[in-house]
Parts: sequence; C-alpha cells; structure tokens
Amino acid sequence: MAAPTTGARMVAPLTWRVARLVERRVETPSAQTLVLDVPGWPGHEPGQHLDIRLTAADGYQAARSYSLAGPAEGERIAVTVQRVPDGEVSPYLTDTYAEGDPVEVRGPVGGWFVWRTDETAPVLLVAGGSGVVPLMAMVRARRAAGSRAPFRLIYSVRTPDDVIYADELRRRTREDQGLDVAYVYTRAAPEGWRGEPHRIGLADVNTHGWPPDLEPLCYVCGPTGFVETVADLLVGLGHPTRRVKTERFGPTG
Amino acid sequence: MGIVSPGFQGRPRTAEPALPPGQYLTEDFPVLSAGPTPRVPLDTWEFVLTTETGAEYRWSWDELMGLPQETPHVDIHCVTRWSKLGTDWQGVSLDTLLDGVDTTARYALAHSYGGYTTNLPLDDLRGGRAWVVHTYEGGPLPAEHGGPARLLVPHLYFWKSAKWVRGVRLFVDDQPGFWETAGYHDYGDPWREQRYQGD
Ligand SMILES: Cc1cc2nc3c(=O)[nH]c(=O)nc-3n(C[C@H](O)[C@H](O)[C@H](O)COP(=O)(O)OP(=O)(O)OC[C@H]3O[C@@H](n4cnc5c(N)ncnc54)[C@H](O)[C@@H]3O)c2cc1C
Repeated sequence: MAAPTTGARMVAPLTWRVARLVERRVETPSAQTLVLDVPGWPGHEPGQHLDIRLTAADGYQAARSYSLAGPAEGERIAVTVQRVPDGEVSPYLTDTYAEGDPVEVRGPVGGWFVWRTDETAPVLLVAGGSGVVPLMAMVRARRAAGSRAPFRLIYSVRTPDDVIYADELRRRTREDQGLDVAYVYTRAAPEGWRGEPHRIGLADVNTHGWPPDLEPLCYVCGPTGFVETVADLLVGLGHPTRRVKTERFGPTG
Repeated sequence: MGIVSPGFQGRPRTAEPALPPGQYLTEDFPVLSAGPTPRVPLDTWEFVLTTETGAEYRWSWDELMGLPQETPHVDIHCVTRWSKLGTDWQGVSLDTLLDGVDTTARYALAHSYGGYTTNLPLDDLRGGRAWVVHTYEGGPLPAEHGGPARLLVPHLYFWKSAKWVRGVRLFVDDQPGFWETAGYHDYGDPWREQRYQGD
C-alpha cells in the first residue's frame, strides 16, 4: 500500500519566534483564546499547530503543542487553551501570561491533519472538548475562502457551559450555508435537548455524519480515548481509513 | 537560553533521571497516530523484508514466533515530548531478520498495515538496537499501541518505531516516510532534539 502523500516537503528549519499576547478572550470557565502577535509568522493551513515554549528565569524550559484556531490575520494568530488543573503550561497561559509578555512559538507544524480550502468533498468534523480548536480553524477557513464544501460538525462536551466558540457557532450555522452543528453532552444537557447525556456512540455519528458513499473527508480531534472510539465507529460504518484523519491531544482535553 | 516569560516557574523540579532535552516523564502510555487503529488478524499477518533488488523474505506470525526471542528493557521518547522509562517488550531482533539477507542498501523504509511509512538508515536497525515486538509488559501488544506487532527502535523518536508494522523495504537512497514528508526530521535523534526538518 502506498504511503499517504502530503504535498511539498518542508525544508526550511522551523525557527523559534517571539510572540506577544495582544488579546485574551474567555471562551468558557476553563478555556481562553489567546491572540498573539508573531513578527515573521509565515502563514499556515487550517488544522496545523504550533509549539509554545516557556522559559523560566533560571533557564528551565517547557513546551507544548497548541492548534491554530483560525486563519492568520497578517502576523496575528490565535490559539485556544483549555486549562488542565495540574498542568505545567496551560495554567500559566490562562492565568499568569499577561498582555505584552513574550513566549516563544515555532510553527506551523503538521501537514496531514489539514483541510485545504479548494477541497469540495463533504467534510465531517468530530470534536471532543478542546479538540474543537483545529476543526474550528477549518470552519473559519471555509468561511473566509467562500468555500461551499458541505460541513458537519459533531461536538462532544460535558455540559452546555463547556462549549467553546458557542456564540460564533450559533451565528455561523445561521449565516454559513451548508454548515450543520450537532452537540453531544456527556454530563448535563441543556433544556430541550433530546436524549440523556451520554458518551458519543454509533447513533450520533450515524445521525449527524455523512454516509460513506458520499466520500466525505473525516477529521476527528480530542482526547485519545475519544478519538479511538470515533475513528473506530467511522471505519465500522464503512469510511475508508485513508479518509479518516485524527489528531490526539493526549490524555487531557 | 530563550526569552524569559515573566512569572513562569515550571513544575517543581527534583533530581530527575536524565531525559533527552525538552522531554517530560509520563507514567501513562499516550497514543499518537494519524488515523484509525488498523486491526490485523494473526492468520493473515505477515512481515516482508524487500531488498533493493526486489528479493523478498517473508515471515508468517508462527514463523516470527519460532525465531529467537529477545526481551528489550528500554526507555522510549515521543516527539510530542513524553518519555517513558524502563518499558518491557518481547520480539525478534532485526539482526535476526537481516541475517543472511543479501543487500548493500543503506536505507530502510518501514511500512505498516494502514499505509504509514517511516525511514531510517539501515545501520540503525542493526547492532541490537531494533526489534519487531509483539509483547508489551508481559501481554499481547494492544492494537492502539501498534499490535499485533510494531517496530521498536528506542534510540530514535518513537514515530520511527512504526506501529502495525508489515515490512521493511531496503533502498540505496533515502526515501522520506509519512511524518518526514509532513515536516518531521529525517533522522529523529531525541538527544539532539531532531524534531522537525532542519533541526
Ligand atoms: C498536536 C496537538 C495539538 C494540541 N492542541 C491543543 C489545543 O488547541 N488546545 C489545548 O488546550 N490543548 C491542546 N493540546 C494539548 C496541549 O499540548 C497540552 O498537552 C495541554 O495543554 C496540557 O499541558 P500542561 O502543560 O498544562 O499539562 P501537563 O503538565 O503536560 O500535564 C497535566 C496532566 O495531564 C497529564 N498529561 C498531559 N498531557 C500529557 C501527555 N501528552 N502525556 C502524558 N500525560 C499527560 C500529566 O501527567 C498531568 O497529570 C494539543 C496537543 C497536541 C499533541
């Protein structure tokens, strides 16, 4: 079997650039969007991520990966960080990092988990928790490019308060033709939602996804267990494995 | 030293065992792969070694089990920055599989059920440094970690240890694999932090 191909090879070394916080938006009680100014940012595709590196006064460094949340606006980029309570990097970014302060970033990284705006096939996005970030980048890029590729997003969250980008998703499903969003609540559902809170299962993917004969591109992103479950369901429903792209955020998310 | 981020202290640091730069210790075994987990039945599983002239050497599951087994006890390092110390595996050394294979090739491309590929210099598969493993911590290797069998090349970042391995092709010239084509480093030495192209 041939290897999946991913277009041109990136050869320029990825350099660390200094990024400064220009704006912080609270998305949910535990997630925030950070808008960063990165002089020299080369641009990126929806689905790619960057590495953020922090350096302490004694020289100690820690780095983690974060998905780019939408198309760049010039040298401004955005990430959305979910605070992991006992984490090393995410609580710094959500609680301590202040406007004007520097961090180092390196990217964009990843040439596989991307959606290109000239694709016309239907797209199924399945997000668990902060896994919505790179998928939202695809939704935003679709809008910005005027693409009419049919998009469906299935978004699994604990409770309605945990929906990241809630207002924008409401607005986009009204304004962006061909975009549908369905929610799966795992702990508490909003009033009027049909069904009991549950973990995503076959019925959700079947009802809110695309049938395999439409040959959709499927993108699944979230915590490891979530991604395993959903990718297995999609393959079980008959989607070819080569059209199911996954990104696992480790045990957190 | 990088640019200091004001107020960042990092986790309390004790005397940690020596880890490659930029890595942190984990007790779990996180999963990183590009797509769904392939499920490969043992009765159709095979491992194929193909030389640069097209000669093929094949092993069925039973044949692999019949070869001399080794039990590497090794540290592993993922490019996403976790490291796991002292993992226990069982499998067959690539030295055993390459024994008697007639080749002058210098490069290898491992390929997997599911289509994944990754490249390594052939020398890195030799000298007791690489195995095809089927057992992890005393039990069958779980599918999400590459079972029924994966490559284990612990001295390189873990994406070189191809999961669901199906074979190795030998080449005279270097052929980048899946992650390498997507911008990751050709060689991937964790101690030199070779994460991305150009590192
Ligand atoms: C490609 C990619 C894109 C990502 N995009 C986003 C994003 O858009 N938004 C976002 O919020 N997060 C994202 N993540 C996750 C992010 O990189 C961090 O893992 C997360 O922010 C936690 O980091 P931390 O330093 O706060 O926690 P850590 O200090 O790393 O750990 C917190 C707790 O979780 C455990 N833990 C966390 N991560 C791991 C791991 N990988 N392996 C083992 N144990 C672990 C630790 O043991 C600890 O108990 C992404 C990850 C990847 C690989």
